[in-house]
Amino acid sequence: MLKVTDLNVYYGAIHALKGISFDLQEGEIVTLIGANGAGKSTLLNTVSGILHAKEGTVEYLGENISNEAPQVIVQKGIVQVPEGRKIFAKMTVMENLEMGAYTVTDRQQIQDKREAMFDRFPVLRTRSKQLGGTLSGGEQQMLAMARALMANPKLLLLDEPSMGLAPVLVEQIFDIIQDINQQGTSVLLVEQNAHMALSIADRAYVLETGHIVLEGDASVVMNDPMVISAYLGG
Amino acid sequence: MESKTKSPPKLTRRNYSKIIRPIFGILVLGYILWRLYEVLIVQQAYSIEIWLRLLIAGLIIGGVYALIAIGYTLVYGILFMINFAHGEVMMIGTFAGYFLFEVTKGINVASAGNPPLSFSDAYPLISVILAFIVGMTVAAAAGFFLEKIAYRPLRKAPRLIPLISAIGASFFLQNAAQLLFSPQVRDYTNPAAIARGSGWTLIINDSRVVITYTGVLTFVLSILLMIGLYLMVQKTKLGKAMRAVASDKNTAALMGIDVDAIVSRTFIISGALAGAAGVMWGLHNGLVHFFVGFLPGIKAFTAAVLGGIGNIPGAMLGGMFLGLVESLGPTALGISYQLKDVIAFVIMIVILIFRPSGILGEVLSEEKV
Ligand SMILES: Nc1ncnc2c1ncn2[C@@H]1O[C@H](COP(=O)(O)OP(=O)(O)O)[C@@H](O)[C@H]1O
Ligand SMILES: [Mg+2]
Repeated sequence: MLKVTDLNVYYGAIHALKGISFDLQEGEIVTLIGANGAGKSTLLNTVSGILHAKEGTVEYLGENISNEAPQVIVQKGIVQVPEGRKIFAKMTVMENLEMGAYTVTDRQQIQDKREAMFDRFPVLRTRSKQLGGTLSGGEQQMLAMARALMANPKLLLLDEPSMGLAPVLVEQIFDIIQDINQQGTSVLLVEQNAHMALSIADRAYVLETGHIVLEGDASVVMNDPMVISAYLGG
Repeated sequence: MESKTKSPPKLTRRNYSKIIRPIFGILVLGYILWRLYEVLIVQQAYSIEIWLRLLIAGLIIGGVYALIAIGYTLVYGILFMINFAHGEVMMIGTFAGYFLFEVTKGINVASAGNPPLSFSDAYPLISVILAFIVGMTVAAAAGFFLEKIAYRPLRKAPRLIPLISAIGASFFLQNAAQLLFSPQVRDYTNPAAIARGSGWTLIINDSRVVITYTGVLTFVLSILLMIGLYLMVQKTKLGKAMRAVASDKNTAALMGIDVDAIVSRTFIISGALAGAAGVMWGLHNGLVHFFVGFLPGIKAFTAAVLGGIGNIPGAMLGGMFLGLVESLGPTALGISYQLKDVIAFVIMIVILIFRPSGILGEVLSEEKV
């Protein structure tokens, strides 16, 4: 479904991604784990079209989308939940959801989708008129995910959804991710919380300073000595 | 222990200005209060009808400033730059309205038996509506192309660069207008029904206070446009997308919002409001020339800063406030009317000393700084 080949991305002189290749099949949860500064967000932003690669390609459903604008990529069905949630703090929960559905033109569909989100995240219904900035961290993460789902993604990119959340909330968020996946959305999950990510993923890639240093089935990666010592605190 | 080693606070440049500024502010404020007391309570030199005239004039000019100020604030909110060519966009709108009236003045409408009548005099309402449509459209187009040509290529440049480009665009547009329309100062040809100075007359204390038609038109239309803009920004999909882009461009793009398109539309809306202000300026003040946008532009910028740049109700409030200060200020302080601009700017400085982010402004978040 998604195929990234030999991707090289720079910030000015900083070489952030140094020849990354990976792929994701329809229906999978693939996780990318790596420490802070490894290049995980850079990779997601390149797939989303916020950044553009100097070399290499991003293919989606057989089509080269390396040079597409972000709004085109959203329309094609790749939607990102950015790191730190990035809720529009001065807009209400309802308005945040509407922004998520920006590319959807059918009003009825937007309404149905919103109802579905309120059913999935009941706390959002009770907070619907509140400003996004007044929500707690966990609520903001749910809003960020609901907002992304409003666009009907085929592929959901999640950038560190567990960041800064209490363990109970992390479990809840990961349950929801699995649930979303079971309902037919493929997921590319970026995490520093390797344990949780590996426990729900089908396959995993380990990223270090712009390189992929390890890849394989999540169960295999989870038992890799290097991963255990570096990411699982073993 | 620690307190012994602590050195006394040094009188650095920064500390120095921290002390000087409030002192300056309090001095000016004291002066203003003393003058107000002298003029309003001790001397009681002016009667109610004079104040009423000044109040009316202030509300009218305030509406014009507010409309222009919204343009500064919208653009700042979305690009964090001051569009110094915005006054010239207003000038272009003023000219567009002028030429529309020239054309409608030139068309003769046959009316059986009576002397020939120009279209503009025969159908004043239609002519005025046309003038506003043309003025707003042309100024909106000017704003659109200004952004495309002078600002968009510099979007990723350091923040000073587009500012310099804006000043350059301002000079360019002034000179282009001078070249095209000559430096001559022209009279705005109002339809006869709303000739300048004509209006409803109130008699107060045996003296006449005229509420001009052009003044009422200016005030009412500017309020309606402001309400319309406010509803647009709050309720429509475009308005919400504008707010989303203003708060975070990358995240807005991740929602599938075409950021460039929203920036373009912001300039179109700002231009249209400035164009409306330009036609009002022409109808009410009567003169149009290549430099006509300069002072209203600077004043409206002041008003936007006063209200808190980036804040739409702030720009409206700042515009009205500045209009009133400029109109009532010289008389209330017993200072020559020639100094009205100075008074306006001094009051701005004093307000910014005590509230650096403007009346309704908030402390800028890190991402905006
Ligand atoms: N806007 C930027 N400008 C310059 N360098 C950046 C920028 N964003 C990230 N980087 C650098 O790129 C590398 C990868 O960053 P990032 O993708 O954010 O890592 P991660 O998401 O894995 O923590 C880091 O070395 C970081 O310092
Ligand atoms: Mg990151």
